[in-house]
Amino acid sequence: MKKEGEIRISSGCAISGIFCRDGRRIPGEAIRKSIAVMHSRSNGLGGGFAAYGIYPQYRDFFALHIFYDSQSSREETERFLDSHFDIINLSKIPTRPTPRIQDAPLIWRYFVQPLPHMLQDSQLDEDEYTSRAVIRINDSIEGSYVVSCGKDMGVFKAVGYPEDVADFYRIEEYEGYSWTAHGRYPTNTPGWWAGAHPFSLLDLTVAHNGEISSYDANRRAVEMYGYSCNLLTDTEVIAYMLDYLTRKQGLTLRECSEVIAAPFWSTISMKGEEERARLSYLRKMFSSFLVTGPFSILVGFRGGMMALNDRLKLRSLVAAEKGSTVYFSSEEAAIRIIEEDPDRIWAPRGGEAVIVTLGREAG
Amino acid sequence: MMRRRYRIMKDESCISCLRCARECSFGAIEAADGKGLVFHHQECTDCQRCVSFCPVGAIYITEDGNRFRRNAVFGEDDIQQIHLQAETGGVLLSSMGAPGSSVPIYFDRILLNASQVTNPSIDPLREPMETSVFLGQRPERILRGSEGRLVDNLPPHLELSTPIMFSAMSYGAISLNVHKALAAAAEELGTYWNTGEGGLHESLYPYKGNTIVQVASGRFGVHGTYLNTAAAIEVKIGQGAKPGIGGHLTGAKIIGDVSKTRMVPEGLDAISPAPHHDIYSIEDLAQLVMSIKEATDYSKPVMVKAAAVHNIAPIASGIARSGADIISIDGYRGGTGAAPLRIRDNVGIPIELAIASVDQRLREERIRDRVSIIASGGIRNSADAVKAIALGADAVSIGTAALCALGCHICASCHTGRCAWGIATQDPDLTRRLDPGKGAARLVNLVNAWTREIKEIMGGMGINSIEALRGNRMALRGVGLNEKELGILGIGYAGE
Repeated sequence: MKKEGEIRISSGCAISGIFCRDGRRIPGEAIRKSIAVMHSRSNGLGGGFAAYGIYPQYRDFFALHIFYDSQSSREETERFLDSHFDIINLSKIPTRPTPRIQDAPLIWRYFVQPLPHMLQDSQLDEDEYTSRAVIRINDSIEGSYVVSCGKDMGVFKAVGYPEDVADFYRIEEYEGYSWTAHGRYPTNTPGWWAGAHPFSLLDLTVAHNGEISSYDANRRAVEMYGYSCNLLTDTEVIAYMLDYLTRKQGLTLRECSEVIAAPFWSTISMKGEEERARLSYLRKMFSSFLVTGPFSILVGFRGGMMALNDRLKLRSLVAAEKGSTVYFSSEEAAIRIIEEDPDRIWAPRGGEAVIVTLGREAG
Repeated sequence: MMRRRYRIMKDESCISCLRCARECSFGAIEAADGKGLVFHHQECTDCQRCVSFCPVGAIYITEDGNRFRRNAVFGEDDIQQIHLQAETGGVLLSSMGAPGSSVPIYFDRILLNASQVTNPSIDPLREPMETSVFLGQRPERILRGSEGRLVDNLPPHLELSTPIMFSAMSYGAISLNVHKALAAAAEELGTYWNTGEGGLHESLYPYKGNTIVQVASGRFGVHGTYLNTAAAIEVKIGQGAKPGIGGHLTGAKIIGDVSKTRMVPEGLDAISPAPHHDIYSIEDLAQLVMSIKEATDYSKPVMVKAAAVHNIAPIASGIARSGADIISIDGYRGGTGAAPLRIRDNVGIPIELAIASVDQRLREERIRDRVSIIASGGIRNSADAVKAIALGADAVSIGTAALCALGCHICASCHTGRCAWGIATQDPDLTRRLDPGKGAARLVNLVNAWTREIKEIMGGMGINSIEALRGNRMALRGVGLNEKELGILGIGYAGE
């Protein structure tokens, strides 16, 4: 049977997110509780969490979470890391034995910064340098997979139900201002740890529920710009598209949402002149990046979170606010379990991004 | 003894109205005085005009029952052609697209996907289904002005309401009435028609906004006003039916307005050279493209049309870097008003393989998003169009199918100039058979019908915008194809 990356596997899912606009760091217990409510939306073949603000003591270094199939892939990867980065700290990621989580790879964490002379010779900025190194590891070192590589953030994922994954990684011991979670229901997979979500590149993480019908058009477009879609999952391709549009093209996340969940031409034609020109421009310029088919995504980034539905709203997505805390979830129940009495609860419309950032109101 | 390919037959219901004789423009049916109908079977081209107009359905055409002694190597056509060439010493002429039954039609070996369970199909009757396409260049980077506002730095684009346009067919090869029908249909549909290389008749200047004018090697009818009476300009390098070959419109057709529009003296043969004599290499093409842009004030996209030949992928890459905004690729089965038979049937490659390899090559070179690609040459229906787009084209262009909508039955006798349907002829008695208004209505119907089908197919796949179909090869699977073919097409096998 082919594993993820050798064949494209579609999946349904649950997603959940908590964001503290005041920057308050909350333990992982809440997000575990939220995603656990949607147990039946997963089938035990993948769960994961992304957390921001969890490594304040190493906030200036890239935090690499890496899965290894074997000691030899670890040695090869560490040799590669040694020759490209200063390794400030390395350790195994602490886990606790959990009966329902099996076949764990070796899971390591590194805090690194690019070797200054290598960085200078490469004529790249440190983000591009690091992302290329990560793509290279994933692409060319057998049995080695970088799960996340941003600063002051990390992704914890595994094959299993999300609440078991949380227990396995001792998620309650981490404190972050932003959390996303994902429970997976793939239709057909032998279960591969790297195939679980969230998916991440640098500071960007994507947790996604849906199956996009534009997949191959999007994949082939983003691969043109140096990305390599190894997992053949929607989530991976969405993450790369967002990275390309924000970091390489300089679009805002709001503009990204207007590209990937672009308003219909009929909607655009009803806008005022300036807005019409702006939206038309984005659609024409980035037509290969339009995503069709059902999706709801939670995008984590440094200092913020974006929730976005496909333009027909073919997947459920609920948002809520209580004080300075914002919640997103596939189901309202998953919000009510952790915040019984939100100030406001609503279903964002298809294609309408909800973007929250530190110190700002939801909108 | 002339060879009889077809036999004209009639049954007892014939009322001897002689309509068939009046309709036949090839001299195959004659109303002889007092003797009723006389059939000259050897003149029949099987154009079906008589059959279509028989009021009682009495007449029909069959293959002639006579046959040559069977031979697995030398078929009847081969022997006939040898006889004809032994008699005349001439190059064999043909028209329309290659029938090439031994060359696979890949469209027929590709199957489309649909959504089931994990992903909903979308009902085009209930939800918006977008078929608009924009063709043109895209810059590599966005531009921001004051206060970070996005600045529109896109060069001029063509906007199509549906990914179907009409292929280049010249005035001279086809009649003015056909041009009128195409122009009016393109305007109503919100798409484009293409003049071909014979110039643009002045009566069609009002259709400027939906007209693509062509600049071919003969430069017939090319002048400043011509270039500026168009939405886009196409430089024609080659044509799928006759790659590497020029054109030859006989002096007999260079009469009246054709002469005036082509800017060729009456009665003089109009010969398009095989190459453009100012394009002997890719850098020359870049100069021509830029000259045309200068002449039109950078206000219109410039297209370059090339035939699908073996190395079409690097050629397309060169065109993309020449400053051209749109590349039009015409495949092996593309039609023509006249071409040497050996060229038509033996030169070039099928459009499916060409589009797939060009799209892939431009992606590998990271310039696919910079240009748009139009596929043509044997697009027979909406499913072919969908498959061409999923293989990597932005839009398709139809010639033969458009002519069929106007009555053509592909008898492939265009080069005779006797088209009974009034399409590929300049004989005023024949051209008046085609009413441009009715013709336009039929073209509009055809394209609207295909567009509806495209929406239906897209909806089934859960795709609600045509750009999400472009290059979306996972929507395709092959049957009856070998590994190599699947590899070039970039698709999996059915069941994979």
